[in-house]
Formats: sequence, C-alpha cells, structure tokens
Amino acid sequence: MARAVTTQRKIINTAAAWAVGLAIFFPILWTILTSFKTEAQAIADPPLFLGFDWTLENYSVVMERSDYAKYLWNSIIIAGGSTLLGIIIAVPAAWSMAFVPSKRTKDILMWMLSTKMLPAVGVLYPIYLLFIKLGILDSKIGLVIVLMLINLPIIVWMLYTYFKEIPGEILEAARMDGATLKEEVIYILTPMAIPGIASTILLNVILAWNEAFWTLNLTAAKAAPLTAFIASYSSPEGLFYAKLSAASTMAIAPILILGWFSQKQLVSGLTFGAVK
Amino acid sequence: MGRITLDKVTKSFGDVNVIPPLDLTINDGEFVVFVGPSGCGKSTLLRLIAGLEDVSSGQIRIDGEDATNLPPAKRKLAMVFQSYALYPHMSVRKNIAFPMKMAGVPEDEQKRRIEGAAKALNLTDYLDRRPGQLSGGQRQRVAIGRAIVREPSAFLFDEPLSNLDAALRVNMRLEISELHNQLKTTMIYVTHDQVEAMTMADKIVVLRAGHIEQVGSPLELYREPRNKFVAGFIGSPKMNFIEGPVAAQQGAHTIGIRPEHITASASDGMWSGIVGVAEHLGSDTFLHIHETGLAETMTVRVNGEFNLRHGDKVFLTPEMDKLHKFDAKGLRI
Amino acid sequence: MATQHSRSAARLMMAPAVMLLLGWMLVPLIMTLYFSFKKYLPMRGGDLGWVGFENYARFVTSSAFWPSVYTTLVIVGGVLLITVVLGVFLAVLLNQPMWGQGVVRILVIAPFFVMPTVSALVWKNMFMDPNYGLLAHLWEFFGAQPVEWLSKASMTSIITIVSWQWLPFATLILLTAIQSLDSEQLEAAEMDGASAPKRFAYITLPHLGRAITVVILIQTIFLLSIFAEIFVTTGGAFGTKTLSYLIFQRVLESQNVGLGSAGGVYAIILANIVAIFLMRIVGKNLDA
Repeated sequence: MARAVTTQRKIINTAAAWAVGLAIFFPILWTILTSFKTEAQAIADPPLFLGFDWTLENYSVVMERSDYAKYLWNSIIIAGGSTLLGIIIAVPAAWSMAFVPSKRTKDILMWMLSTKMLPAVGVLYPIYLLFIKLGILDSKIGLVIVLMLINLPIIVWMLYTYFKEIPGEILEAARMDGATLKEEVIYILTPMAIPGIASTILLNVILAWNEAFWTLNLTAAKAAPLTAFIASYSSPEGLFYAKLSAASTMAIAPILILGWFSQKQLVSGLTFGAVK
Repeated sequence: MGRITLDKVTKSFGDVNVIPPLDLTINDGEFVVFVGPSGCGKSTLLRLIAGLEDVSSGQIRIDGEDATNLPPAKRKLAMVFQSYALYPHMSVRKNIAFPMKMAGVPEDEQKRRIEGAAKALNLTDYLDRRPGQLSGGQRQRVAIGRAIVREPSAFLFDEPLSNLDAALRVNMRLEISELHNQLKTTMIYVTHDQVEAMTMADKIVVLRAGHIEQVGSPLELYREPRNKFVAGFIGSPKMNFIEGPVAAQQGAHTIGIRPEHITASASDGMWSGIVGVAEHLGSDTFLHIHETGLAETMTVRVNGEFNLRHGDKVFLTPEMDKLHKFDAKGLRI
Repeated sequence: MATQHSRSAARLMMAPAVMLLLGWMLVPLIMTLYFSFKKYLPMRGGDLGWVGFENYARFVTSSAFWPSVYTTLVIVGGVLLITVVLGVFLAVLLNQPMWGQGVVRILVIAPFFVMPTVSALVWKNMFMDPNYGLLAHLWEFFGAQPVEWLSKASMTSIITIVSWQWLPFATLILLTAIQSLDSEQLEAAEMDGASAPKRFAYITLPHLGRAITVVILIQTIFLLSIFAEIFVTTGGAFGTKTLSYLIFQRVLESQNVGLGSAGGVYAIILANIVAIFLMRIVGKNLDA
C-alpha cells in the first residue's frame, strides 16, 4: 500500500483536489460571506470577496423580523422528536432481528426497506386528509409522526447492521462468565451498542432536519420548521441577499457541523449496508 | 474437581445429525484434546459441554452431577474462545474481573486474584489498557486470565491459537502446557492441528463426522492407530500408505509406514525410486520420492545431511516391525 | 441459542415497528387507490361518485402528462450522468496521496447537508439571478450577455442545482468503494504491464460497478420525487414540471384528488420498478 510518491505528484494532487473541493464548497462559502455584508455590498458589482466591512446586522434583523427562534424550535422538536421516537421503536425490533433471527427476518427487513420507496406524492392527499380529520395538520406532533415513519426503515436497518457486528462469541463469553440475560444487556450489549445508536441518531436528525416535502406540505404558520421558513424567503425578501444569506447560514450551520461528524455512518446508513 | 462424563450424547441441527450417540469420560486433571478435520463436530462437542448448545438427547455429568440442563454459568467451566471474545469496552482489569463481579466475589479477593493472574500471565503492565491496544498474544493471555480467576473445575479451549502467527503459537502452546502443570485442572482443548494435540495432550480424542475414531495417549495413537484415518491424521509428515501386491504379501489390504521408519540409501534396499523435492529442515530432510511403483509419492525422513539430489535414484528399506496393516475397511489388523 | 421463549419475546419486540410501517404503507395506499376511481373535488362538490378508470385515462391523455414524463426523465438522467461521472472522477482524485485529504473530503461532502430549500434559494437568487447573480457577473466579465437561467435555461439550472446536492453522496459512496479495492490487485496489474488508464478501466471501474449501481438506484428513488428544488425555483413553470410535481399540483393546487390519485398510483408503480432492482442488490448483500 504505502508506496513512495514523488513530492511533485503529491503537490499536483493536492492542488487539484483543493481546487475542486473549494469549487464545490463555494456556494456555501459565498452564502456565509454574504451574510456578513451590508445589502449594498452584497450586490456590489464587481462582487466583493473579502474586502468588505463585516457586520452582524443581518443576523439580528432576521431574528427580530421573522421569528427565527420559533422555526428553529420547530425544527429541533420535529427532527429530534421523530428521531427519538423512531429509535425507541426501532431498538427492540433491530435487537431481536439481530440476536434472535428467524427465517423471516430477512423478508421483514426487505419489506421495511420497500416502504421507504413509496413516493410521497402518491400518498400526499390521504395523509393530508387524515391529518385534517385527526386535527394534526400544521402541528409538530403530526410531523414528528410522519418523519418518524419515513425514517423508521433506515433506523431499523442501521441499528440492525450495528447490532449484527457485535460478535456472538462475546455474548457467549458473558454467559460463560455467569452473566444473566439482564446483566448481559447492561454490561455488555448496551455499552457495545451505544456508538452505533449514536451514529444512527445523528444521521436521522440530519435527514429529518432537511426533509422538505412533508414539512412544506403539512405545515403553515404554526408548526413550520426551518425548511419552510427558508422557502418563505423565496420572494420578495429573497432579493435581499445579505439577509437571505444570514437566514440560510443559520438554517444549515447546526446540521453542517453534525453532518461532518457523521460522514462514515452516512455511507452504510444511506445504502442500507450495500456499500461499506 | 473436574470429571466430565458424556453419556449417549447426540446433537442435531434440524435434520442434520452432527453428533451421533457418543460416550466419553474425561478424568479430573486431564488435558484432553479433541482433534479432527474441520467440520468433524469437535467444536460442537465442546459447546455442548459448555452449555452453549443444548444436547438433543443423552446426558452430560460434571463431577457426577447431571449438568445436561444447567445454563453455562452454573457449570463451573471457563472457556477461552477462538476470537478471544474480550469485551472491547472494558480495560484488561475489568475484563478479568467480569466473571468474579458476576459471581459476587468480594472486591479485595477480586483484586488479589487479578494480580495473581496478571503476574502469572505477564500482564501486570497492561491491566489498564483496552483489548484493542494489545497484540494477539496478549489478548490471548487476557482471555486465559479471565478464565483462571474463576477457579473453574475445567477449562475449555476452542482453537485458541489459530489466530496467532507460527512463532507465537509455539510459545503459547508451551505456556498453556505449563499452566496445566501448575493448576492441575481439567482442560479440554479443541484443535485441528495434530501437532498441538500430540504435544499438549494427556489424552487425544480423534473425531470424524461426529464419531470418536480413537481415544488414547499421544503415543498410543502414534504407535497403534485403530484405523487408516487416525494413522493418516496423527504424525507429521503423514504416514505412507501402500496398496496392492506389496500389501497382499503382508496379508493386508493396505499397509502403512511412517516416513521416519524408512531407511534411504544410495546403493541398495528393498524398494527403489527417484528423488523429487528434498525439503531440508536442518536437523531432518524430508525426501519426496516418485516412481516407486508403490504409491504416487513416498515421503521419507532422513537425517539432515543426507546428500541426494533431485532426479537421483534412491533405495528404500522399511523397518518391518513398524509396519501398520489395515484391512479393506481401513481397520487395523 | 434461540429458545422458544426468546422467539416469542423477539416477535413482541418487533411488533410495534412492523405494525406502524404496515399501517403507514397500507392505509394511504388503499385511500389513494380508492380516490383514484372516484371523481373527487373537495372544493367543488366533493365526492361525485365512481368513475372507473376514467382518472387513469385522463391523467395520461392530459396535455401535461407526456411533457412531465419527459422532464422527469431528463432531470433524473441528467443528474445521474453528472453525479456518477464526476463522482467517479472525484473519488479517484480524493483517493490520491495529498495534503489535507480530510479537509477536502469535508468540503466536498458539505452540500449534502444543506437543506433543499436553502440550496434552491441560494442558487436561484445569488447565482442564477440575471441581474445580481454571481454567474451574471461572471458572464459579463467575459463580455457575454448574462443568461436568464431559470426561465431560458430552466432544465440546465434545475439539473445543476440538484447535481450539486447529490454529487457529495455519489462521491462519498464511490470513495468508500474505491478504498476497499485491494491495492495488491492494482500492483499485480501493474506487474502484468497494464498502464494507468488500463488499470482504471480493467480493475478500478469494474470494482466500482456495484457501488455505481447502488448510487444510481438510490438516487433514482430520491430524484423521482424531488420537490423543494422545483417548488422554490420555478414552481413548475418553464417546462420543469416533473411527474411528481404534476401530481402535487393536481392534488393540492387544483384540488382534483381523483385525478391526482391516479397519477400517484402511476408514480408508485414507477418507483416500485426501480425499487425491485435496488432490493435485489441489497438483498444479495444481506446473505453475505
């Protein structure tokens, strides 16, 4: 594996990779930079990259004017709540599938995955109608339930994959060592499963945070999360670049940071273990 | 005490019968090795004794008491697994302490036993590390340490050395044998490596397809294998088998002669052949000899400085009193 | 290991997840099927009775249907082509020895974490606006006439935005796959006299085949139902109305639930065709 690479080759690689990386990242960088400009500087011709007066004004304006805190709170409740609820339901299911597999375990897993493939738009009206009937249209609890359901297959799959990786011999060793089932769960299984559960939570918070079909269609003023808040900037405020940028930065910053921690889990989580 | 008796024990997985009715007695303090090719049921047998698998029928008695339906923890047995099965989230100290914690051993007693085991196994400097930071040999010793502190009535080893490299394997073999001499506790050891079986065992149990082919001391198995399978499995290099007229002369269907019981000479002998590959090990040389008219290849062990080259003609003389004779069914005559 | 007792406990532990998903799948599906055979206009009279397959026929014969199928195919196909080709290129590039690999990885992955409404809006206003957008400045800099991206080159614009969002996903998965390639295989090929491009074509690319298939299938599922990107940018105008968007308009905007539901059934069938292939691949992996 380790082969001497000429320094020249390495410099070329580095330059090329950084150039491409920065190009891909540029829209985000540009948004962050613009959020610190005044509106005039934001549309200056030629565009200003760094030579402008940094200001935090946009952030305070956005927060005052648009009740940002309410949307943020809705996002946190919806993403966090749906993930937590999903985990509570999925842990026992994934657990039993991993440790007490039966002939049908595989079929059940595949079937769960297939529910994820149901196009949202195909069932939009029934859900809409049910929400009205149940009185949970434009409510946080309604979205928590829907997002929990659409992410449940991913949660079960990810947890199943992690639990499966706990070697059976370790559990047998614990039994030989005299651990009862309860002690086995407390001292061996839970500590070993926690990293997997944490990654699953992380990835699903991200997915729920960014979900933009149900959150747009099932909410109005009351339960709208950040996805809807940003969509409402479409016009005419969208032309105030600095404020749009400040709002956008605030909407994506928390998840961007979380996301960078979850890179590794992302691959196996989103491909249902088909690529590791 | 650690006397284990298996009485007509069987095991089936679904329709597949892995262990046909099997009887075996393991005496207290014995080092017993289960050996056989992969898939012979030796690990299953060990797991039945451990209680990790339920027997389909029959009885397992430990020290005279029926243990057939006891859960593993109640059998007073300790097991060392092939993958070591250390708890990755616990330090070495906690790994070793775990079985005592489960048994409710007092703290100071735990400490004393951990220190004793660590000293005996050279782990004192590693007690606060995690298993992930240890080498293969060290992990193996932690697994043994975890077994020792329970002061079990018998140790079970499931191919414990198969994940180690060759040099380490020889070392650990000696350490485990040494441990047995110190503790004098019953040990049951599963391996597919006949060298481990020969070097470590008081008693070897050779298994094939769930059947016990032969039980005996290493030298009994070497000197008087009950059948062709045991004869071929025990001893390295493998025994040569000769069929046809030469065997018929001896009144047998097949005769077997070990490589170390044949003398090679450049000038004269009973049989002749052409030298193929010669493996020089220093102390010994293994000659692979073709065109003998007896078997496709004959292996002969000669002394280290034997000077014949590839393609040379060679004469072979077996030690007639070391011949093994087998009938058409492969049974010893 | 598994006793009768633990089996029934296992079933009990699985029950909530299975029941919920079963309900989530069946209830809306049956309702959609039910509505699709009705003339149902909530704002204009409500349930107007059974109409058989009329909605299905009307949906496919409406003038908007075939253009929406075409738009869907162009967007899905375009994004797949761009993300897979660039993704393979990026995966190979990022797998080379370099300084700051971790940081570059983070930069490349970042767009995936940006919520769809934000990326659509940022691209629409700050990059593609014909007056103040950065691309307009760039065009002017080279003395060209700025393009009215979202109206005159609407498909290109949407494909660009969506590709930017999904390129990190493709790259990350292909990079993971490329890292699992045994370097000894490449060295063996090198010893056998294969040049770098040949090694790529005969060793690396076939190794990536499975990962590429997975990327294509998973992206297809998600791309078939992209919504926010169109909702925020063109609202379905300028020839960017995909099949899902058309259904959305039928159901929520024009409140023709029967017609929309028939469209929904088509969308479900379409997604299931793709899903079958994906499930086969995932299922194979499950055995291993």
